[in-house]
Amino acid sequence: MSTFMDNVNQSLMLKLQDWLVRYGFIAVTILLFTWFILTEETFRQPSTLFSMLKFTSVVAIVGLGVTFTMVVGGLDLSVGSVAGLAVTVSAMMMVIYNLTGVFSGFAVLIAGAVVGLLNAVLIVWMKIPDLLATLGMMFIIMGLKLLPVDGQSVSSRMILRDGTVAPGKFTDGFLQIDRFMVGPVPLPVVIWIVLTFIAWFLLTRTRYGRIMYAVGANPEAAKLSGIRVEWYRASAYVISGVFAAIGGMILSSRIGQGDISAGNSLLLDAVAVALVGTSVLGIGKPNAWGTALGALLIGIVITGLTITGFPYYAQDIAKGVVLVIALTFSFTLSRKKARFVPAT
Amino acid sequence: MTHSVDMKDISMSFGSNLVLRGVNLSVPAGKVTALLGANGAGKSTLIKVLSGLYPEHGGTVFVNGAPALLDSPSAAKKQGLQTVHQRVDEAVVPGLSVAENLLFEKIAEGEKGSSGSLRSLLPKAREIAQSLSLDWTDRFLRKDVYELEIADQQLLTLARAVVDEPSMLILDEPTSALSAAEVDNLMAVIRRLRDQGVGILYVSHRLSEIDALADTVVVLRDGVITGTHEKPFPWAQALTEMLGEDGVTEASSTAEQRGDTEVLQVHGLKLFPRSKPFDLTLRSGEVTGVIGLLGSGKSETAEALFGASKVKSEEMTLKGKLYRPSHPSQAINRGVYLVPEDRAKQSMFQGWSIARSVTLPFLETIRRGLVLDFGKENTVAQEVIDDLGVVAQAPTQPVDSLSGGNQQKVVVGKWLHGSPEVLILDEPFRGVDIGARRTISRKASALAAGGKAVVVFTSEVDELLEVADRVIVLVDGEPRLDTYLSQTSREVIVSTMSEVA
Repeated sequence: MSTFMDNVNQSLMLKLQDWLVRYGFIAVTILLFTWFILTEETFRQPSTLFSMLKFTSVVAIVGLGVTFTMVVGGLDLSVGSVAGLAVTVSAMMMVIYNLTGVFSGFAVLIAGAVVGLLNAVLIVWMKIPDLLATLGMMFIIMGLKLLPVDGQSVSSRMILRDGTVAPGKFTDGFLQIDRFMVGPVPLPVVIWIVLTFIAWFLLTRTRYGRIMYAVGANPEAAKLSGIRVEWYRASAYVISGVFAAIGGMILSSRIGQGDISAGNSLLLDAVAVALVGTSVLGIGKPNAWGTALGALLIGIVITGLTITGFPYYAQDIAKGVVLVIALTFSFTLSRKKARFVPAT
Repeated sequence: MTHSVDMKDISMSFGSNLVLRGVNLSVPAGKVTALLGANGAGKSTLIKVLSGLYPEHGGTVFVNGAPALLDSPSAAKKQGLQTVHQRVDEAVVPGLSVAENLLFEKIAEGEKGSSGSLRSLLPKAREIAQSLSLDWTDRFLRKDVYELEIADQQLLTLARAVVDEPSMLILDEPTSALSAAEVDNLMAVIRRLRDQGVGILYVSHRLSEIDALADTVVVLRDGVITGTHEKPFPWAQALTEMLGEDGVTEASSTAEQRGDTEVLQVHGLKLFPRSKPFDLTLRSGEVTGVIGLLGSGKSETAEALFGASKVKSEEMTLKGKLYRPSHPSQAINRGVYLVPEDRAKQSMFQGWSIARSVTLPFLETIRRGLVLDFGKENTVAQEVIDDLGVVAQAPTQPVDSLSGGNQQKVVVGKWLHGSPEVLILDEPFRGVDIGARRTISRKASALAAGGKAVVVFTSEVDELLEVADRVIVLVDGEPRLDTYLSQTSREVIVSTMSEVA
């Protein structure tokens, strides 16, 4: 009799566990959000909400790029530095070379793609493990971007090497990337949603995405199915580079100057967001909407804590706790085996 | 005669899976005992028991008549049981010199006098090399093992095992990566060890080596010893004991088919450094069965035809046109498909549904504009399920949740649903129940009857008899027999397989 009850209890526990894995994440998000709304006056204002989303969008977009590399079984640690590179490059183009905002934007995207391509060459063709290759790339870029600006932040009317005053400034159009509103919604949030939609569509609805997941799940079997594994892995790093550059562009438009330290903190946040995203809905695999939701959750927590008056360092603690809890969902509680660490 | 190591009633199970069921085996000192067994016979499990990796095993191992407790690798070593594992690259420590590797265990134990500099290790290392008549110079001993050829690494691991003066040495497939001359060299060292009174348990699939080296041959099948032979070895009988004799199979349940049109012609296929290049022609309208023991070059051939390996032939033509696949995608585009040997590692995607798995190589066919047509995908998968009688609830069911036989049906069905010209099946019946085996072999025959070429690689005679029309026996990377099934017999096939070069 007691064993019968044990069995019932056990199956109930398993059901609860499955429910937690599937919906626990969303439940936590909603609970937290409700709690902040109930306790904090400022949280109830729509403007707070939108500024929170706007502030989250950069991390979310960069994390979306990381998601692509995780889908093929890798990871990109250079994204933070690429975003920083985007800030410096855009500032240089406009302030020092007095070029248009549109041109600067394209230059930034190309820079991101080039870095992605270099990562791909190191990882896919030179067979350097992804973590090490992108770590190396991170250092190279962080240093290299300082070279043409003599290690200084680029701002309008700065004195150049030859003693003259920088001729250009951030163009109004470029500054609008961050400031423009689509109705009540800030443009960066719109870009975030559109990019997430595109990534979701690519990854789940197209041949390309299907193959990307195949490459991540079993590269050898993918090759024996006729897939050019190397090209697909390479594409993930290029996409990651471009997404990081887009994030950096928004950041640059927000700061309005070529701050050399910009983007430095983005790496950990972006990777964390993509990792948290794998546990959303118990999918256990990197996915576009998961990353978006992961960014949202971390955004809510940080905004909430800030408004409640916690000191700035509480943010890192909160991010870490969210990440660990999310990983618990994927690794400990899920009966499906999670797999988003590089396959060996 | 004193036995150095005796195994009495050794058993080992993994869950409900009984891998060793009462193995009795003696390895006398100063003799080479060869252990022969097919895949899954329990060889590696037995080796692991002897290396102390499975303390929970049943039965007793006696060393020089006294029961020995093998509950850890170091306990096994203390008892004088040394194992040289198959993968040499895992056994040496890169970044250390040959001498340091040779005396690694002593260094690790921090034995006095040997923990010092490389220079202080050299005399001892020289001594060991000399005892094995290895002409290793000081320059060689100072080399980083990373720079060594695989053959030298193999000799090094062997020498390293000898440092502790073992009473028994277990050699697991020591020659699999070596060329003929290197094999001779290794053999000489093994003979020297034997003459020094070391008992040697030699595990290999290479009958010619065993024939040259062994004093006794012991056959393991399904976890029990099925035969023990002294020189001269009756190879055909040993092979039958090894591969089993499940009665003469209802061979050729379908009438033997004879192909007429040459579909794939291969010229100058050289599988191993020491094997001779050969030609191979596959005809449509018949199932070609290629049989050989492990290491005979089956998978190498299959992968070469599919463009999946570095092994290349001088020239291949497919339906009269040049065929030079450097990547499987090129083979697939030309209608050459491969069902690879290792299902879990080479065909399956963890958690993927039947539908996803089946359409992966042919995503173009379910594409509508930019997007994949999931409805069409499920229809295709349902067709595969119906066509091969896969026992599954729905096309959305994950392949890993199916039984082994049904998994294999999905893999085979995937390729059948394309437009095959040449279908290559590498060990398609491994881990597959009899029902699925029948289905798959009937599908292979039907495909051949429909004017396509089918080639099945296997190491089991019964499987060959069931599926093949034409028979090719592969020995050490070269074909030794090429005939039709009706013109040969099980005995001839087995004796050809056991032909000793």
